[in-house]
Formats: sequence, C-alpha cells, structure tokens
Amino acid sequence: MNSSSEIQNHKLSSELDLDLDFEFDQPCGKLRLRDLLDISPTLTEASGAIIDDSFTRCFKSNPPEPWNWNVYLFPLWCLGVVIRYLFLFPARVLILTFGWIIFLSSYIPVHFLLKGHDKLRKKFERYLVELICSFFVASWTGVVKYHGPRPSRRPKQVFVANHTSMIDFIVLEQMTAFAVIMQKHPGWVGLLQSTILESVGCIWFNRTEVKDREILTKKLRDHVQGTENNPLLIFPEGTCVNNNYTVMFKKGGAFELDCTVCPIAIKYNKIFVDAFWNSRKQSFTKHLLRLMTSWAVVCDVWYLEPQNIKPGETAIEFAERVRDIISVRAGLKKVPWDGLLKYTRPSPKHRELKQQRFSESILRRLEEK
Amino acid sequence: MGSASSVLTQYDIEEVQEHCSNLFSQQEIVSLYQRFCQLDRNAKGFISADEFLSVPEFAMNPLSQRLLKMVDGLNFKDFVAFLSAFSGKATTQQKIEFIFKVYDSDNNGKVSFNDILEVLRDLSGSFMSDEQREKVLRQVLQEAGYSKESYLMLDDFIKVLSRSGLKMEVEVPVD
Repeated sequence: MNSSSEIQNHKLSSELDLDLDFEFDQPCGKLRLRDLLDISPTLTEASGAIIDDSFTRCFKSNPPEPWNWNVYLFPLWCLGVVIRYLFLFPARVLILTFGWIIFLSSYIPVHFLLKGHDKLRKKFERYLVELICSFFVASWTGVVKYHGPRPSRRPKQVFVANHTSMIDFIVLEQMTAFAVIMQKHPGWVGLLQSTILESVGCIWFNRTEVKDREILTKKLRDHVQGTENNPLLIFPEGTCVNNNYTVMFKKGGAFELDCTVCPIAIKYNKIFVDAFWNSRKQSFTKHLLRLMTSWAVVCDVWYLEPQNIKPGETAIEFAERVRDIISVRAGLKKVPWDGLLKYTRPSPKHRELKQQRFSESILRRLEEK
Repeated sequence: MGSASSVLTQYDIEEVQEHCSNLFSQQEIVSLYQRFCQLDRNAKGFISADEFLSVPEFAMNPLSQRLLKMVDGLNFKDFVAFLSAFSGKATTQQKIEFIFKVYDSDNNGKVSFNDILEVLRDLSGSFMSDEQREKVLRQVLQEAGYSKESYLMLDDFIKVLSRSGLKMEVEVPVD
C-alpha cells in the first residue's frame, strides 16, 4: 500500500497524463448487490476504447479522397500521374543528384583541407548542410512559408517543434543549421547521420535504452552551454504524429535544461500530399519517394516567442504550456498520451489508480448504514 | 467474408447487420469495419490480443484481460455482434446478458460466488484483501436474499440490475 503522499503524486502525474476517467457521479448510499454486479461503466470504457480511441487517431494516415472516378476527371488524373511520374520525378531526381554532387564535392575538400581552421570549416559545413537541405526541399517542390524571427545563435536556448516526419528536420535545417537530437536509424539514413550530421553537432540516443537518459541530459546541457555550438533542436513528442494531434511532450531533455525554450510550430497542408511518416507502415525511402512523386509539399513554419520556466512551475507543466502554444498556433488537437506508448504498454499505475478509486468507494459505502 | 479486404459489399454489410440483430446501422458497420482494419494490422481477418492491447485506453482497463478472452480472434461479423450490446438500440435485457457473460467465464449458464469474487478481484486489485472482498460480497448477497452457496442465473441478474437504469452505450463515430 502506498503512503498518502505517494498516492497524491500518483494522482497528479496521472491526471496530467490522462484525464480519461469515466465521468459518473460518485456513488453513495448503502452498498447493494446491484452496485457490485453493475460493471457497466468499466465495460463501457473498454468498448469505447475498442471502437475509437484518441491514441490510435494520432497515428492514422488519412488517405486522400479519390476524386478520379468521374469520366471527365479520370483522364485528367491520368495525365497528372504521367506528368508526376514521368516528368516531375526524373527532374527532381536530377536536381537532387546535382545537389549531392555539389555538396559532396564541396564538403569533402572543406572537411579535410580546413582541418586546422575549425571555426571557418564549421561555417562552411553549416552553409553546405543548409544547401543540401534546400536541394532536398526543392526535390519535393517544397513550398515552405516561414513566419517569425529566424532562430538566432545564442547560448542557453533550445528549440522545440512538433514532429510529423523526418522531413521536419530538413525543412527547418534549410533555414538554420540546427544541431539535433535523434534516434539512430539503420541503413542509408544512419550513414548520413554518422557522417554529415556529425558536423552540425548531433546527439544520438537509443529509444530503448533507459540508462541513456542521464548521459543524454548531460550531453544536452553541455551543448546548450557552449557558445560555438549550433542551436539545438528537439522534438519532445519523441515520435512522429500525423499533424492533426500532438502527444505529450517529454519533460526530460528540453524542459529541464535550465534555459530558454523557443517553440516552433510546423503545419503541413495536406492538399497535395500527406507528409505524415507512418514509420510502422513505410520505410523512410518509400516515404521520400512518395513525396517526390507528388505535386508539392506545402507547409507553414512558425517561430514562436521564446519561453522561460515560470517560478513555481514544474517541468511537466512547462512542457505542457509550450505544447499548448505550439498546438494552438498549428491548429492541432492535444491528446494526453505519451508517444512512447506506440512501442510499449502503459504502465500498471493507471489501472491501479482505477482499482484504488473503486476499492475506496466500496469500502466507504460498506460503512454507511 | 473470409480474409479482410478493404472494401465491404452491400451483401457483406447486410449479413453483418443480420448477425448483430440490426443493432447497428449500415453506416456504423462501415465505420466499425474501418476500425477493424485499422486494428488488424496485417489483414489477417481477426484482431490478435496484442493488437487490442496496443490501444492504451483498453490495456489500462481493469477488465481488459477478461474482455480479451471474449473478443480475441473474432472475425468481423462476431466482432460487431460482440459490440452490439453497446449500441444505443440494445435493450436493457441485451446489456444485462452481456454483463452476465462477462461474469460467467466458464460459460455454464450460472454465476457462482467465486465468479463474482474473480471480477471483484480484477476491479479492486491489491487495494482490497481477499477477506474484505468476501466480506463485502457475503453481506450484499445476504441482503438481496442470496447466500454464499447460491448460483445466480441470468434471471437473477435481470432482477437485480433492471431497476438501476443501466447506462452502457458507446457511440460509433460515423464520418
């Protein structure tokens, strides 16, 4: 049995975690058989979850409504497919290849020749990374509108943004060379991560390694203090969400570093393509190919007002406040779920809270006459 | 309707509707099918226990294991029939029948003292001791005119629960 203060803590964090308890009137009065047998609220909650739940909704990719079913529109759609696959796609591949050639032929010499002159080398490398990202964005005909003051290079600040796909990073990187904290990926993405992204100063972690967290927090702290480092970008949701919702921001990392948090909101316009990367359904390569065979990727990026932790505010409250700011700006709905639940089961403390409430209510009513 | 294809024909919908005694409208059945396909990740035609448990709201429910035994591996038709007790059109009797089935885990048509104790255990977890649970149950049973040795049938459930105004309804979101 927990002590009463632990129960209080339990209640606070799980109320912040999720506010989904069934709203029924506190039962009172003498306990009868029907009160014990009537499990309908619990059953209703369970079936409600089976039929529709707010967590799964966050990761649903919305397929576009097919509009090519009409005899007039169908040839138009076919023409569109031809243009996209036979003209746009090869042109884009060419642009991207061209970009890579320029990038590699500049990056490799700069990296080796300027070994001694770190400051100059970093400056060039930063510029080149911004350049290759612009080429990437061009290869999807990205139309990105940036609002607000561009990020400045100052120590003791960290940038946070909502996360829809890995291309979030590219979209932001083409404007400012951020250092980013990322999950290490396999394949060609991993290769890119360990070579080029090293130069802008990236920090790696492994989602499944919990012990990593302390080392990680230290790395983040060090990075943020340094004046020479690129501004740090963190995606506090921890996973890709479908750009209609935001999941809980993890307080660890961005919000416990004792520095200013600058929120960035990203909203993709689904009119031409849905930019959500459903990592359970598609590899990143397929995702990129889909973007390259669509008409355009349209999005808005808002650089919002920097926030500091208010006196008396906990890290969790701070994280939620920033999430609120981002969600409101980008028109996203907030759900009280931890993004990690995509990969793990919920901890037993939620079920235990329900069991506790039930038990307390029964035992209390037993005393009533 | 063997393996799950992403499209339901009108015949399929009508077949499912008949199977659930018309408790869901055709639109609701289409919505439920979309949901079924969403949960059934590799289109096997049924949803596995693991896939149910990947819905955090369900996994956190104290009765999830019990419900999982009832719903695990059902095909779409039976899935809809299972959920039909939660339709707005379901009668109180149908809802009570569902509750009875949840209690009667060995399907022998009667609910014993121990069966109720098991459900109570799921609902209260470690926050009540076995003695407390037995004491509570014995007390309320006695008041209702039963004893520890009594077996409750469906009719007993109907008698006990009918008056309490059972609220057991879930709305199926229809696009």
